[in-house]
Amino acid sequence: MGIELAGGPAKEPGLLLDVRGLTKVFGSLIACNHVDLQIAKGEIHALLGENGAGKSTLVKMLFGTLAPNAGEILWNGKQVRIGSPGEARRLGIGMVFQHFSLFEALTAAENIALSLDSTTPISAIAAKAKELSQSYGLPLDPGSLVGDLSVGERQRIEIIRCLLQEPDLIILDEPTSVLTPQEADKLFETLERLRGEGKSILYISHRLEEVQRICDRATVLRHGKVVAHCNPRQETAGSLARMMVGGDVHEVHREHPDHVEGAPLIEIRNLSQAPKGPFSMPLKDISLTVRAGEVVGIAGVAGNGQGEFFDAVSGEAVQADPATVRIRSIDAGTLGITGRRLLGAGFVPEERLGHGAVPGMKLSDNMLLARHRSDAKAFLGGGALGFIRRDAIEATTKRVVEEMDVRKSAEDPEASALSGGNLQKFIIGRELDRKPSVLVVNQPTWGVDAGAAARIRQALIDLTRSGSAVIVISQDLDELFEIADRIAVMAHGEMSQTIPIQGATREKIGLLMGGADTGAH
Amino acid sequence: MLESILLTIATASTPLLIAAIGELVVERSGVLNLGVEGMMLMGAVIGFGVALTTGNPWLGVLAGIVAGAAFSILFAFLALTLATNQVATGLALTLLGVGASGMIGEAFVGQPGVKLTPIYIPGLTDLPFGRLLFGQDPMFYISLVLVAGVSWFLFRTRAGLTLRSVGDSHTSAHALGIKVIRIRYAAVAFGGACAGLAGAQMSLVYTSQWIENMTAGRGWIALALVVFASWRPTRVLLGAYLFGAITIAQLHVQALSPNDIAVGAGPLWFLSEGGRWLLSVLKSVPAQFLSALPYLATVVVLVLISRNRRLTLINTPACLGRPFVPDR
Amino acid sequence: MRLELAKRPQHSKLFSALSPFIAFVLTVIAGAVLFALLGKSPGAALYAYFITPLTDLWSLHELAIKAAPLILIGVGLAVCYLSNNWNIGAEGQFVMGAVVGAMLPILYPGLQQSPLALPVMLLMGALGGAAYAAIPAFLKARFNTNEILTSLMLVYVAQLFLDWLVRGPWRDPAAMNFPQAPRFTGYAVLPELLPASGRANIGILFALVAAVLLWVLLTRTKKGFEIRVIGMSPRAGRFAGFSTRGAIFFSFLLSGALAGLAGISEVSGAIGRLQPSISPGYGFAAIIVAFLGRLNPLGIVAAGVVLALTYLGGEVAQIEVGVSDKVVRAFQGLLLFFVLACDTLIHYRIRFVPSERPAAVLPEAKSDA
Repeated sequence: MGIELAGGPAKEPGLLLDVRGLTKVFGSLIACNHVDLQIAKGEIHALLGENGAGKSTLVKMLFGTLAPNAGEILWNGKQVRIGSPGEARRLGIGMVFQHFSLFEALTAAENIALSLDSTTPISAIAAKAKELSQSYGLPLDPGSLVGDLSVGERQRIEIIRCLLQEPDLIILDEPTSVLTPQEADKLFETLERLRGEGKSILYISHRLEEVQRICDRATVLRHGKVVAHCNPRQETAGSLARMMVGGDVHEVHREHPDHVEGAPLIEIRNLSQAPKGPFSMPLKDISLTVRAGEVVGIAGVAGNGQGEFFDAVSGEAVQADPATVRIRSIDAGTLGITGRRLLGAGFVPEERLGHGAVPGMKLSDNMLLARHRSDAKAFLGGGALGFIRRDAIEATTKRVVEEMDVRKSAEDPEASALSGGNLQKFIIGRELDRKPSVLVVNQPTWGVDAGAAARIRQALIDLTRSGSAVIVISQDLDELFEIADRIAVMAHGEMSQTIPIQGATREKIGLLMGGADTGAH
Repeated sequence: MLESILLTIATASTPLLIAAIGELVVERSGVLNLGVEGMMLMGAVIGFGVALTTGNPWLGVLAGIVAGAAFSILFAFLALTLATNQVATGLALTLLGVGASGMIGEAFVGQPGVKLTPIYIPGLTDLPFGRLLFGQDPMFYISLVLVAGVSWFLFRTRAGLTLRSVGDSHTSAHALGIKVIRIRYAAVAFGGACAGLAGAQMSLVYTSQWIENMTAGRGWIALALVVFASWRPTRVLLGAYLFGAITIAQLHVQALSPNDIAVGAGPLWFLSEGGRWLLSVLKSVPAQFLSALPYLATVVVLVLISRNRRLTLINTPACLGRPFVPDR
Repeated sequence: MRLELAKRPQHSKLFSALSPFIAFVLTVIAGAVLFALLGKSPGAALYAYFITPLTDLWSLHELAIKAAPLILIGVGLAVCYLSNNWNIGAEGQFVMGAVVGAMLPILYPGLQQSPLALPVMLLMGALGGAAYAAIPAFLKARFNTNEILTSLMLVYVAQLFLDWLVRGPWRDPAAMNFPQAPRFTGYAVLPELLPASGRANIGILFALVAAVLLWVLLTRTKKGFEIRVIGMSPRAGRFAGFSTRGAIFFSFLLSGALAGLAGISEVSGAIGRLQPSISPGYGFAAIIVAFLGRLNPLGIVAAGVVLALTYLGGEVAQIEVGVSDKVVRAFQGLLLFFVLACDTLIHYRIRFVPSERPAAVLPEAKSDA
């Protein structure tokens, strides 16, 4: 199988980067535990691992934003200490961030200039950036404001910015998570060309298919430790997944019915909305009906109006015409989120901390947050005075915690003290516990570990089996193919017609994500 | 007559301009320091005291700058190093500044001050309206240089770009290796120095005496000016002079006689008649109402500017007022 | 040495309780240093500030008089600050409450003989303060105008308005040329609690009742929950279906009403008439009270007493030790500074780390560049 056991890396000549025993401790958490990593010149090296496995921490140490507690880094065979991103860049390490490190209020050229230590005038940088972008086939207008650009365009700025530093090693953190499949293909071409030029690439991902496609070698992290060094092409997706997760991944069980005959539980008719802020999307004439017993997935690259759509459906943004949104055949367009909840709808927003939950409040308070009206009889007393009945709320919280297997360190901890996966399980459980007729979920498993993600997906499917309608908005196509009965795609604030899962292919969906044929309906 | 009115407008506008341009730099770096009023008072009292004891107004100016900057570092330590709530901390700085300046200045109350004299260039100053251009106090020229300098710094230099980037996204800046906290300390200190200078202008040029709470809300008006100006230096200049004019207008209404209007209007009969009528109306308004004008004007201006929500959102530094704690 | 913050997973209950006390001790220490620098005996000065006012019954009455407006305003501000609405114009709302409440005895002096006079005056005072606070609230809710600046600007306007009233239309003709309105009489005067031993009036009872009611509201009811959610996370508040605008009006009107009530109580009680200046900065000191009380109404009662003590102590220290009464304001500002600094301990652990090594120690890092 070609797996070298962790802990005893052989010394090889021609190594560009040789990391030995790198360790980082945050309080009681060992984020990186004696990590070894070797990258040769001219190779694309994958760093695999689940959310929370320590990939980001390792990369931050390589790029100088975090200082390791122990271990050493050898660069071209010489020991180095990377104290800042500036030093990393001077060594020849470039970085393309997952959550872009861009400035929305500045132009593309200014953004690029900020990461170059030189004092080259901005106009010269703009010219150079343009030249480089053309030679790599990554079109870019240096004078445009980043805030106005799509995520794909933003990533191009990150890549160009990185290439302008002429690095020997380029680190890419989950680069395809914001791209359409076609855009990802283009990125892979660029990466292969860079490898051809003798550059090394550290490619961080949890998408096994990509890693097998373009990476020469892989290092797998789990719970902060290296569990394997391997050649991904000699592995199967299953074996790689087992290394990452440390066991078999729970498969979601479902059978897709040929067609759903249930009653329409949520109907959206000709929903249009002007952009709310300088950098936000309009919604253009969206119509969608979801029936009892089905999951409809909404695919799309981040920032194409999914957030605005969620707000409009949830009632955080209300509509002028009551018939625009109908829940269980009742006009709800002018109702706020509370009114829509009372009609039997439940909502799970994308942002867990600060939207779905108040970070500094206890879980029981966060239980009250979404259910103070729907469960007013149980949770509140004293009539208009609205006295809070803590015992009832705490009992419900306990029930949800047990039902969804939420792991926590204290009896009733603050939301911010939970890991992403556990908090997400709680937030979804909070809605499922109400047995909603309609559930709208935005990015259900974003940043969630595989175990929690599987549990969440299964719970959504189980909800439809009991006769509810579910809308899942997700950037993760694999997820949608796994759980959706129909898929629609959002691009530039428009939504395509839904495609039954039986007739959907990644290519078809990908083209729609790129904005082709959006006016299908 | 007109010339002397314009001169007093310049003198009244200068402290607003200096304080606001300093706060503009602070806010561009993503920090909201509501302590301008307190820093101005500290600059005013220390500047006055040093000028009084040394007899040298320039030493007073320097002391005012140092006092403002030093005082602002207190704010920076809490708001930046300890990541406290910036609104509350700025309020604390103002409350402390009001109290401390009153305490320090007790001995100076009623003392004749040392005045920073206007410049005089033979020939040029004596030209008609020459005093406006060539005969003002040095602070007037310093304030204009500050506006030009800040404008150049922010939009023409790499350091200015870095400062703006920190105000736009401190997480991105940190990821690129920009020293967010260090840059913000520098910006806050610059803002403090400007506020101190503005205070010194008030106690060494504008009134040339120390009166407790003499800034009378100018620090707050300066804060409003930054919003009014949509964080652009040249618009701060415009705003400061608008408010200076309102301040002086209400003072002059009480001192003017109808005859002054006739002289000022010269041969323009309708101006003179209109002016006389306006003056008689204004003179019937109680003095307190006129004194309230700058404050009411601030409210009105803030409402007008904030009505355009989109514009405000685009121009406001995205990280304004948000504490930053890097993970290590 | 460099100071670093490490976020605690949960806020520290220990430091939530301790931080105001640490802040107070630090302020006292700073005060001792300050007095020493001024050439006064720190012991004597601190004794005059914090002990002497507590040693006789008369000054305990005075303490109640000063604590009442501080607590009343402070608990209202706590609701504002918890909901992230920065009303810093309580001083103006205090003045307008006094002015509106005083309309009855001044414009209709005859009504002062009716037992209904006082309740009506108090109600009018509360309404006056609330109405004045409604201005920044409306501007924030409707136009998104910065409430910090508008509420503060309106303080100056209110003070000038009061100045005009007592020098102009409301001046007492019998007071020679003194700028003051006629003295309140009969039922327009706030009753004293224990007239035999001092002049404390029922204002302190208003303060205590308000504090208890708001404590119940904030900790036990949905409305209080709503206030805290919106303050901590406005987006989550919208998700919960809470109205941000509603919270703006609720908190401003409530705090304005309490400040107005404090204002009318002050002029109908301790002062007895309108005059150009009716507050030694209660509206601003109450900001300190709110934070020292950690925005908890019961904590604010204690904090109000502490701040009242600094006012009284300032007077004592001026007479007995010869320290200027101007020191009081500086003292109060310092206290808020320490309170805010100590609150950092609630959410962060503070670590001292050695300064970063200069980059020059690492020649290897450079050689490859």
